[in-house]
Amino acid sequence: MKRYSAFAVAREAFRFHSGWERAWRSPEPKSEYDAIIVGAGGHGLATAYYLGKNHGIKNVAVIEKGWLGGGNTGRNTTIIRSNYLQDPSAAIYEKARSLYEDLSQDLNYNIMFSPRGVIMLAQTEHEIRGYQRTAHANALQGVATEFISPQRVKELCPIISLEGPRYPVLGGLWQPRGGTARHDAVAWGYARACSDMGMDIIQKCEVTGVMSENGKVSGVRTTKGEIKCSKLGMVVAGHSGVLAEMAGFRLPIESVPLQALVSEPIKPCMDVVVMANTVHGYMSQSDKGEMVIGGGTDAYNGYTQRGSFHHIEETVRALIETFPMISRLKMLRQWGGIVDVTGDRSPILSKTPLEGCFINCGWGTGGFKAIPGSGWGMAELMAKGHSPLTEDFGLNRFREGRFIDESVAAGVAH
Amino acid sequence: MLILSCPNCGELKDETELSAGGEAHLTRFGPGSSDSDFEGYLFNRENPKGVHFERWRCSSGCGKWFHAARCTATNEVFGTYSAQVTEPPQEIRDVVSAKRPGWTWRDLS
Repeated sequence: MKRYSAFAVAREAFRFHSGWERAWRSPEPKSEYDAIIVGAGGHGLATAYYLGKNHGIKNVAVIEKGWLGGGNTGRNTTIIRSNYLQDPSAAIYEKARSLYEDLSQDLNYNIMFSPRGVIMLAQTEHEIRGYQRTAHANALQGVATEFISPQRVKELCPIISLEGPRYPVLGGLWQPRGGTARHDAVAWGYARACSDMGMDIIQKCEVTGVMSENGKVSGVRTTKGEIKCSKLGMVVAGHSGVLAEMAGFRLPIESVPLQALVSEPIKPCMDVVVMANTVHGYMSQSDKGEMVIGGGTDAYNGYTQRGSFHHIEETVRALIETFPMISRLKMLRQWGGIVDVTGDRSPILSKTPLEGCFINCGWGTGGFKAIPGSGWGMAELMAKGHSPLTEDFGLNRFREGRFIDESVAAGVAH
Repeated sequence: MLILSCPNCGELKDETELSAGGEAHLTRFGPGSSDSDFEGYLFNRENPKGVHFERWRCSSGCGKWFHAARCTATNEVFGTYSAQVTEPPQEIRDVVSAKRPGWTWRDLS
């Protein structure tokens, strides 16, 4: 792999950009791998990357039904934060956030991480108390957050209206080292690095069955034939239930559409991410100038990647109250992604009833921010059978009543 | 917008007038049951990409619960039926079979 650098740009400028090579190979599958990851989204590719980088397992295939990064990795609102309440969540999300900080250098691929800061607005007395509690918990966990006054919110985000008639801004939970990154680049960067390690990324190849022998996974059936493996990682977000059914177990997960939309591009007006959980909406401004807006999930199961229109109406209504200047903005695009939601709103990174088969799912409405940490933990889990990052996120926590309740941190906005 | 017909009051209601109640036909396990049964009842859910049976409440109408059969991939509604049953009635299953040949649900077909 040729490294990207300022020198490379200069070199290519002198030869009509004829020397750029493909970022990753598109090989046909081999008959057998040490490990197969199903799902070439951010989490799947990060898992493969850290399997190779941290654990030396490089005979790996990443199988993708559609195209690389075309699921929720390309559909989220790119927000990165780690201001969660519970210790296990803070550990994995903060690991992810800290990995994001130098991920561009690590991957030699510019993921455009922008630690511009994230404010979660407190708009009710309950939210004030909830976020103050989170700020205290974060202080103990080593996550830099603080509870700030409405005046400070206004300083950080001048376009905000503090005097909302129904829900005035009463304060905010401020994480200055949170921010955004370019979501496609995260998938592409990991894919390029995986391909460089000799891993095969096989796109347009759907898994149609999971093969097992004596209760142990032996491979997968795909639209490109059978592929053997001794370890299988399922990292397929919304379709986890479908894949789990193939492997013969059920999950405490339901899949629902979550929507986002972007406006026409406007001049820079907002250099932080603002989340308003009480009124169901959050917004940031992309580098292109579009206002990136996210809202709520549908109330019922669905795989439509579209979502219900009234959720957009509710989200936009709430954001116009919060940011009156956007009321005349035209919206450019709207889309939906299928998010896999667990009962306690925390992910599942776990062994499964099928030996050698591991699952990484349940990130629900907020998986993008966790990609590097999730891949780091999942790779360790697959390589060693246990990982300090993932031990609390096992499937058995539901049976044993050890929930990691993040409904406050993750209930609505991401 | 998803529109369902409430079998109790006969009104056509759109999703903003209804409340989704999750998977239908769960068998309830309480005190004295095994850990696996209790876990299954509380947490594990069918999450099909395709035919799904759900509970809905006509919350802005007659206020009563009912069941609906719906495709989660297309939002096509196969029909709604009474909440007073423990499995989909034959006529609903016939409608589903006509539109989705070869479908299965748990142990039914």
